[in-house]
Amino acid sequence: MALLELDDVHTFYGNIEALKGISLEVDEGEIVTLIGSNGAGKSTTLRSISGLTPPRQGSIRFRGQEIGETPPQDIVRLGISQSPEGRRVFPRMSVRDNLELGAYLRRDARLEEDLDRVYELFPRLQERQRQKAGTMSGGEQQMLAIGRALMAQPKLLLLDEPGMGLAPILVERIYETIARINQQGTTILLVEQNANYALDVSSRGYVLETGTVALSDRSEALRENPDVQRAYLGT
Amino acid sequence: MSALQDFWRWRRRDTVLAIGALTLVALFPLAISNPLDAKLDFAIYAVAYSIFALGLNIVVGFAGLLDLGYVAFYAIGAYSVGWFASDHFAYINHGKGIHIGVSGLASTLAGIHFNFLLLVVAAMIIAAVLGTLIGLPTLRLRGDYIAIVTLAFGEIIGTIAFNGDSIKAGRYTLTEGPTAISPVDQPQIPGFSQLDSATSLRGYFWLGLAMAIIVLIVNRSLRDSRLGRAWIAVREDEVAAASMGVPLVRTKLLAYAVGAALGGAAGAFLGSYTNSISSDQFVFSFSIFILAAVILGGLGSIWGVVLGAVVLAFIERYFIPDVLDKINIQNKIGLHFAFADLGFGIFGFLLVIMMILRPEGLFPERRRKIELTESATADESLYEVRA
Repeated sequence: MALLELDDVHTFYGNIEALKGISLEVDEGEIVTLIGSNGAGKSTTLRSISGLTPPRQGSIRFRGQEIGETPPQDIVRLGISQSPEGRRVFPRMSVRDNLELGAYLRRDARLEEDLDRVYELFPRLQERQRQKAGTMSGGEQQMLAIGRALMAQPKLLLLDEPGMGLAPILVERIYETIARINQQGTTILLVEQNANYALDVSSRGYVLETGTVALSDRSEALRENPDVQRAYLGT
Repeated sequence: MSALQDFWRWRRRDTVLAIGALTLVALFPLAISNPLDAKLDFAIYAVAYSIFALGLNIVVGFAGLLDLGYVAFYAIGAYSVGWFASDHFAYINHGKGIHIGVSGLASTLAGIHFNFLLLVVAAMIIAAVLGTLIGLPTLRLRGDYIAIVTLAFGEIIGTIAFNGDSIKAGRYTLTEGPTAISPVDQPQIPGFSQLDSATSLRGYFWLGLAMAIIVLIVNRSLRDSRLGRAWIAVREDEVAAASMGVPLVRTKLLAYAVGAALGGAAGAFLGSYTNSISSDQFVFSFSIFILAAVILGGLGSIWGVVLGAVVLAFIERYFIPDVLDKINIQNKIGLHFAFADLGFGIFGFLLVIMMILRPEGLFPERRRKIELTESATADESLYEVRA
């Protein structure tokens, strides 16, 4: 049984149908990526999974449990957390407060251990733990957004455009860390416009076009696919 | 209990400062020889407005939900006193009345007569329920649209109060409209002598101060609690807060409910003190007045909003009627008006001056200060998208 299964998911913004029947699967331990251009429905897919924009039709199952109508906080509790598009760190809060909010739903006492784990992944965050998040650079904010999502101890981590607006060297660094997070046992569903990095790090990929899955394959195969190369890899 | 624990967890310097300041404030009435002095009247309004401001601060300052209908909870609190501590329901129990926890004069009167402490509890419960109800339709709204709904709610309650004399059930009316429900019982606190505003205002001040201190401690521990962090997260970025698992509906409704309950408590106190509950008191300008106190003092800052409330109470209840209008400078230069009629002009002028000189308030919350003083950085654009 797959960790996450989407079956014919339709999601609307008002009357606009943003997802027109998306079906996909994520297995335990994988990194799966969704690629596609603006408006293809990548972020909406993540928002549907995390419950921010619940689907109107179709089913989303996490570890076999239907979560299509579950409110966001219960989805976080089940083990899915998200680093949202545009990072959305709490700008007036310190780095540490941001991270602690990531663990908002947890009541266990292992917070310090997890903080250490995040600091180990992103040493920069430890240096800046007292700084206001809004005063950090884009790359640091991205690290914080990922670290904050990790504080919820997710089984499945949703990453929405972690490379957006960052210098190539930083994108590379972020992707190295994403691979490490995965090696430590967190399954990852990744959305990225910059398909190069995403296909590098992932094992499988789905190509979305106007709210439907146009193509799905192993990442290496997608990289070789001439249509994908032309449309998303810029080669 | 945890409120008390939190209180003791304050850093020592703050504790000493706070206790020192509050002791001085508590001794203030003794420094005034006339127990009916206008300064005491001002001080009573100052503590009442402080409680209102602390309550509104939870909704507007902590959770970032603009509320323009806060007067509704003043009305609820005051009418709780009007209904349950007067002869408004004169025929109840065959004209013998219902008396709970009252002695002396009040226990001989017709109508319902509850002890003041019960009134406060009743007012808080009714206000919290109504606060939650007003919260529900605003959940799907943001920013200015929330303000419009709350504004309408304040107007609806005010209009119901005004027309309440024709809303009848049997021999009873809901309110007396612009003719007040009066007199109402003066508070009896177990262990203390009966308050009587005809002979001394000191007791009212101490009662109000005690309520304000409790509310202050509650406010402080709420701010530092899990719920408080959730409020601030929602204020900063709703979507991000939801992604972290902050339950938006519950968090926002709790802000409305707690804010409303405190408004109800303050309303019960002020209703008892004014000793007459008439619909003229529950007008839109009151909501603005309390909001002005919150903004003047510093949104989100607990001591700030208290200071804001005290300053506005001073201007409204003492400076304008007892200083400006007594000097009567306008008469000497040949103009005939009373500064008391210009109250809102004066408050407006003050707010404009504040916005120019100190937009973060007199005594700002640290986080809020950063928000208003930081220059437009690249990160700012990230935040604007949402607004």
